[in-house]
Amino acid sequence: MAAKRKAKAPENGLLIDYEYCTGCYACQVACQQEHHWPAGMGGIRVQEIVENLPNDKSYLAYIPFPTELCVLCAARTRKGLQPACVQHCMAACMKYGRIEDLAKEITKPRMVLWAPRG
Amino acid sequence: MIVRTTAWSAGPGCHGGCGVLAHIEDGKLVKIEGDPDHPINRGRLCSRCLAMTQYVDHPDRLRSPRKRVGERGENKWQDISWEEAYDLIEEKMGKIREEHGPESMVFSMGTGRDVGAWICLLAYNYGSPNVMFALSGIGCYSPRIAASETVLGDYCVFDGGQWLPKGHDDPRYEVPETIVIWGYNINASCPDNIFGHWVIDLMKKGSKIICIDPRLSFFASRADKWLQLRPGTDGALAMGFLNVIINEGLYDREFVEKWTNAPHLIRSDNGTLLRASDLVEGGSPDDFVVWDTASGAPVIWDSANQEFRAPGAAPDAAPLAAVTPALEVPAEQCAVHLLDESSVPVKTVWSTFCAEVAQYPVDKVAETTWLKAEDIREAARLYANSKPATIQWGVAVDMTPAITPTSMAIAALWCLTGNLDVPGGNVVARSAFGAVAYALPGSRGPIQLPSPEVDATRVAKDRYGVLSEFIWRAQTDVTLEQIFTGKPYPIKGMWVQACNLVGGIGYDPKRWVKALKKLDFVCVVDTFMTPTAELADIVLPAATFLEKDGIRSWWTPLESIVKAMEVEGCRPDNEINFELARRFNPDIKWNNLHELLDEIVSPSGMTFDELAKKGWELPPDGNPSAPYHRHERGLLRPDGKPGFKTPSGKMELYSVLRERWGFEPLPHHEEPPFSPVASPELYEQYPLILTTGRRSPVYFNSEHRNIPWLREADPDPVVELHPETGAALGIGNGEWVWIENMFGKARLKAKLTPIVPRWLASATHGWWYPEQEGAEPSLRGVWDSSTNQLLPMGYQGKDGLGTHAKCTLCKVYRAHNAPPGAYALPEGGVIGGTIRAGSTGHGPAPGHAPAGSRGTSPRTEKEA
Repeated sequence: MAAKRKAKAPENGLLIDYEYCTGCYACQVACQQEHHWPAGMGGIRVQEIVENLPNDKSYLAYIPFPTELCVLCAARTRKGLQPACVQHCMAACMKYGRIEDLAKEITKPRMVLWAPRG
Repeated sequence: MIVRTTAWSAGPGCHGGCGVLAHIEDGKLVKIEGDPDHPINRGRLCSRCLAMTQYVDHPDRLRSPRKRVGERGENKWQDISWEEAYDLIEEKMGKIREEHGPESMVFSMGTGRDVGAWICLLAYNYGSPNVMFALSGIGCYSPRIAASETVLGDYCVFDGGQWLPKGHDDPRYEVPETIVIWGYNINASCPDNIFGHWVIDLMKKGSKIICIDPRLSFFASRADKWLQLRPGTDGALAMGFLNVIINEGLYDREFVEKWTNAPHLIRSDNGTLLRASDLVEGGSPDDFVVWDTASGAPVIWDSANQEFRAPGAAPDAAPLAAVTPALEVPAEQCAVHLLDESSVPVKTVWSTFCAEVAQYPVDKVAETTWLKAEDIREAARLYANSKPATIQWGVAVDMTPAITPTSMAIAALWCLTGNLDVPGGNVVARSAFGAVAYALPGSRGPIQLPSPEVDATRVAKDRYGVLSEFIWRAQTDVTLEQIFTGKPYPIKGMWVQACNLVGGIGYDPKRWVKALKKLDFVCVVDTFMTPTAELADIVLPAATFLEKDGIRSWWTPLESIVKAMEVEGCRPDNEINFELARRFNPDIKWNNLHELLDEIVSPSGMTFDELAKKGWELPPDGNPSAPYHRHERGLLRPDGKPGFKTPSGKMELYSVLRERWGFEPLPHHEEPPFSPVASPELYEQYPLILTTGRRSPVYFNSEHRNIPWLREADPDPVVELHPETGAALGIGNGEWVWIENMFGKARLKAKLTPIVPRWLASATHGWWYPEQEGAEPSLRGVWDSSTNQLLPMGYQGKDGLGTHAKCTLCKVYRAHNAPPGAYALPEGGVIGGTIRAGSTGHGPAPGHAPAGSRGTSPRTEKEA
């Protein structure tokens, strides 16, 4: 039965250094172009997060979130290409690779490692 | 087939230069990617370029020339052939030239797109000098460039390694210790011939950021110092920085002595520069005077030969070798004897400059800018003590009427701190190899006016000196007035190319509508119908960058644009204008467009085809367009001598040209016309500072609202308000509100966010609704949300430059309902489907998003 099926541990993922994400939407549109998604659908979504801090300060962050439609550009990576979002990221703050390897690259704060549905 | 080319509009809209790989199948664009080998973007690409498949194949794309068959603004058109369109244009514009003179045609351009050269080609061969950049006060980029040219002889940009083949990894390059981001959301904007994300690359390598911005931008959030200044007070802040840097001795005194006109003497009686002609018989008014501390006497600075001469020396006498010019004139000897025997007290430029700077003590600047004095001091010290440090300024600096004195102050900062043309500093920006198509500040290409006489009639050329020296444009605000007054001569027609006067660039857009209606002939060249195109007699469909051959020669590298595909019915701007230029001037010196392209790139030693094979080329070291230290190496002046291309050959802290033009020769601050300080009575009525035009990464000014992937990312016109401001006004997040001031109002969606201060309303610009009705009164919904309705024309700076789009006043109140064009996600969330009766009915096709099929397309109306 489907309910019994155990999800396979994901192998590959996306490492985002969100300190440098500028919210430019290049990843979002690159994905839509690559996979021919109509507007309103796509494999990665840019979110803006503004947090109030003490002393009347705030911090503006952006983060690309891989959605249910993200397949980590399997067709591209098989050919040795980077996923469309990673190649076009204007801030060069996204990295694709094996999750084990990417985890080792979390050597600074403000990073996140996504294991998308794939 | 994959075609390697360069992105420069039409299409993404920006100033361009990124390398792209266009994937073409059966003549159609199926994908576009960044070129990993390209030195500008290195494989990256912005959302606007990545959405090009939705742009080139857009169902609403203009695909045939059309002529008006109803009244202007009725949106009634008939498709015509290109031949018929050219004939009609030749007839109508020919009649205006014959009856009123060629200057009665104005050629209006917008920003960014690759039309500057081509609109000049057409205007000049038609015989008109009146090429107009349609923003009030010509307030984008040219003023900053011209101000820098005025005092420095050249323009400067931040050094992101763009002149070096290996970029940041080149051994000659140094990572800036500090980068000042001044009025520039550079990651979201479409930067001025640089790649905004280079700054992010450098931050990763350790560059600190000083961010000058009233909004908490990406950079502000990550800055070592964020200065949240009151809009329009940039000049005061720059003077405050200078105050700290001079008072604390943080400037490069050797640079000041050797490379600036700081030692030149100023007469105390009339406040003008002392000239050799004041001092000796036969002395030149172009030569200046210094006080030589070695000899204790005045010595002449020979500007043409860049050397010192003894007063009264024979013309063939050897120049003086050992001169030690004083930065301050000794108090006991502060008068010189003039030719007329009179004695006049003198002071140096340096003393005068420092006295002006002393007018801006940090506490006073803090009061003006609404900053904390300590923050100003700390930022100034961080900048001045960082080696190298660089400043990159944005359009916000142009958008104050005192743009020129403000820019002079900022340029003085990078010069006095020793950051001029050094690795990682502010480098002199010249077009690679000096290959330019047309007259830009400081450079002239092959596309020129037939004679200086033709230029004599250019609108407001005589009124504003800078327009006769550095900016070869008709002054926009004066042109608009002249359309109504007919004085000193009537304006009868307008050629509008890549320019949305009514829906984008024009302030007081209702007045532009009246102006267009007053004209005998209006031709618009664009890719889509716009509110402006609705008022034309003829509309021509332009090609995108993927559909043309061309050149991108703005700063560096020199790049080719090659035709990757064609869209039936569309033609490139340069081909359109070449054909008409040929018709209006049968003696035109080129037989075809490619001969002209060859001549433009010829300073590189290549033909266009040779360049196109390479794609791009960087100028080699030793070329005047390649850094560094060019003023020391004699690479900036035409005579090959060290120094600068200014009247004195020096970086001018006191501007010779500004003095000649009758404007203040020193940098300073002026309040913008509508501000809490300049108009306190209006501020009572309109208690928020309104800044318009904060950039969206998915739009270029008024473009791209019809591109589904882009509209989805930024669906509505937005005004950002602080949550407490919203609460005080009874405005909830996401509510539609009116912003209103003494000139007009617009309806936008409130976004409550702490990224703006409590006293600010930050409104997006350039909004109209491509999906709405084209005919008047709607004009594609332009009257709903265009913030330009709150901005009057005619408030340019004293020198004709600069504007106030980022520093005016408004009030905000609930609108209770959305404008008719307000964007809403249709059922199911799929954008791009049919959401309105009367649409062209393109549903989303499997696997490919149909672009912009919402709403009434002009083609539907034409067919109806």
